[in-house]
Amino acid sequence: MAQEAPAEEKLLHVSVSPHLRDTVSVPKIMRSVILALTPALIWAVYIFGLRALWLVLVGMMSAVLTEAICQKIMGRPITVSDGSAVVTGMLLVYCLPPGVPFWMPMVGSAFAIAIGKQAFGGLGHNPLNPALLGRAFLLASWPLHMTTDWRAPAMGTMSGIDAVTNATPLAVLKEAHKVLADPVSTTEQVVQAREAVAQLSSSYGNLFFGNVGGSLGETSALLLLVGGLYLMFKRYIGWKIPLTFLGIVMILTSAFGGADGLFTGDALFHLLSGGLILGAFFMATDMVTTPVTFRGRLIFGAGCGVITSVIRLVGGYPEGVCYSILLMNAFTPLIDRWTRPKRLGEKGLRQE
Amino acid sequence: MFAKKTFPGGSHPPTNKRRTQASMIQDMPLPQRVVIPLHQHTGAPAQPIVAVGDEVKAGQKIGEAQGYVSVPVHASISGKVTAIEPHLHPLGGQLPAVIIEGDGRDTWLEQPGEARQTSQSDSKAMVEAIREAGIVGLGGAAFPTHVKLSPPEGKSIDTFILNGAECEPYLTADHRLMVENTEEIVAGAKIILNILNCHRGIIGIEANKPDALAAMRERTRQEKELEVVALQVKYPQGAEKQLIWAITKREVPSGGLPMDIGCVVQNVGTAKAIFDAVVSGKPLVERVVSVTGPIVKEPKNLRVRIGTLFEELIQQTAGTVENPGKLIMGGPMMGLAQVSSQVPVIKGTSGVLLIPTDQAVIPEPQTCISCARCVDTCPMKLVPTELGKLVQHSLFKEAEKLGVLDCMECGTCSYICPSKINLVHLFKFAKAKILSEKRKK
Repeated sequence: MAQEAPAEEKLLHVSVSPHLRDTVSVPKIMRSVILALTPALIWAVYIFGLRALWLVLVGMMSAVLTEAICQKIMGRPITVSDGSAVVTGMLLVYCLPPGVPFWMPMVGSAFAIAIGKQAFGGLGHNPLNPALLGRAFLLASWPLHMTTDWRAPAMGTMSGIDAVTNATPLAVLKEAHKVLADPVSTTEQVVQAREAVAQLSSSYGNLFFGNVGGSLGETSALLLLVGGLYLMFKRYIGWKIPLTFLGIVMILTSAFGGADGLFTGDALFHLLSGGLILGAFFMATDMVTTPVTFRGRLIFGAGCGVITSVIRLVGGYPEGVCYSILLMNAFTPLIDRWTRPKRLGEKGLRQE
Repeated sequence: MFAKKTFPGGSHPPTNKRRTQASMIQDMPLPQRVVIPLHQHTGAPAQPIVAVGDEVKAGQKIGEAQGYVSVPVHASISGKVTAIEPHLHPLGGQLPAVIIEGDGRDTWLEQPGEARQTSQSDSKAMVEAIREAGIVGLGGAAFPTHVKLSPPEGKSIDTFILNGAECEPYLTADHRLMVENTEEIVAGAKIILNILNCHRGIIGIEANKPDALAAMRERTRQEKELEVVALQVKYPQGAEKQLIWAITKREVPSGGLPMDIGCVVQNVGTAKAIFDAVVSGKPLVERVVSVTGPIVKEPKNLRVRIGTLFEELIQQTAGTVENPGKLIMGGPMMGLAQVSSQVPVIKGTSGVLLIPTDQAVIPEPQTCISCARCVDTCPMKLVPTELGKLVQHSLFKEAEKLGVLDCMECGTCSYICPSKINLVHLFKFAKAKILSEKRKK
């Protein structure tokens, strides 16, 4: 039935302006995030062995597969090629201990995508960061694996120091502070704890380059910073959330993190240890789950900083980055509503 | 280096001006036939005052203004009126137009430069001359100029801004005009200052037009009341409210006008037209149009009689290397896609842009990932993410509360969106809905 129009009578396209579109797209952003996370992965393989790579691949494949299955069941277009599931799987495994069994990234990624993302309607609709939700799920379900499956790096100790070697730096610090605060601690214990704290404060190099134990992708502050700055340079992430997040953690841990009163804490240690850099640059900047306004992002970053510091200093866990971001994610809609910018010309409107 | 003035937000689409920024304005040969729509401006359309069969001269009034916000239209060539009928219009659909078959002689009603010089001490007479010459803003919006030059009692204008930003990609008509017709533009600006009884005129030009900046600086060196300011190259630098903010740091109140804060903005092309009208008594019957685009063989800046069909302009540029996918009146950011090249040049036609098929198709929109690129760049400081979602759910009242009516449809949000959501389309739709609801009441 359809008649072909003669070649020279090609019709003109008509659409609403603008007729020009930027070349940046969601897959392009996701590819850049994956690229930015790659140096940390190479480092993880170097210090924890090839197992790290397999864990990440399992996590990524599980995430992609779960997304495809969910979309198939729901009869929606399958969008795994946008790369967002790959990023989720990658980030989830980055915050697991490197010794966890292989079924854990599989289950964690599946939960992250199915419950954390697709249950809410897929990309753009999830209120909480899926990767962090997956981690929280694994921690709540298999706490033993999540808190004991640590591995020491190839050339160093798990803590980066000699005094105590069988725990991550943040766990050593938490234990030492417990001893120092406890009035029934023996003198020997106190001396040991003091020694550990002192050694931690001189282990910045190990922390910065990543020669310590910890979650798979969080050990090297340097390589994560390289990736984070690359994303900033590409303008895919802003400075506001990372800067306020890190800044507030440094201020609060310096003020209240010491055993000897106000402003005796070691802010630099707190900055470089745990998942803070990974969280601040790659998770607290997740576009979907963070505020869109200028002031909103400052508040979000500051809130993450406060909650992380509180958990690290007085909470039950040694690390609080994951929960701080998840909690602030929940506040995001509210923050956006409170911090709408004043429109150009709104000021004049009020006066008249 | 001093910091160039600008506004918060905005984006940097590729400017693509290189191909025409150095080409001299060429007078296009007289068209055989012109189609002069009676509706070329914001406001009520003009009513025809000639009949089919009448002989008309170039510059002769053929349509009378209806009401205050309206201007007359004039014959752009001499010849015979062959029809007054609806014709394809660049703003869409068919609208009444006067069609004149040329006699090829180009006889003018009054030879330009001889008659009807208006006294430059009488503001009222000058404003009347500007209205009679059918002058509207030539930047694209085509708002009647005499209205902008007549602030109501009690509103005094302390700053006049001459807009030479030309921030739309591809377009170079204003750029060339500033280089080649510096004298007339400055004289026109002085007439405007005179009318407004204003003593501070600022000429804002984007920094990517160094020759225009130099020419304007050179020409205004002796002018105490005129100052040239280099503006940062950023879209939409030439939007009225953004230009005012960049230069004066004043905010035009929401729903208000620049004159509410003591400012008047006119495009450089309009200043030239004002000069022609007041000093030479010449009505607005021609304008400079950039005919350009990636597939145009020899892009040009042409001085074109109003009513010339786009098709003839395209022929002047030796055609295209491939079939165009899209034909746009104006620039790529705010221009209007045309269904046919059989539409006439109107007073607001700043460019004719031809785009290849592969760039013409707008990609399918994906879901919003709240990346906030639109929030960061919206020059009106709206929150397009939130507004877009409200409009998608038909929550027009809520969208109005959050300022959707302030949207000037500059296209920055749609341009910058990585999910390729047609945000401007949503906002245009919402604005139309809200305004029609308001009219009902």
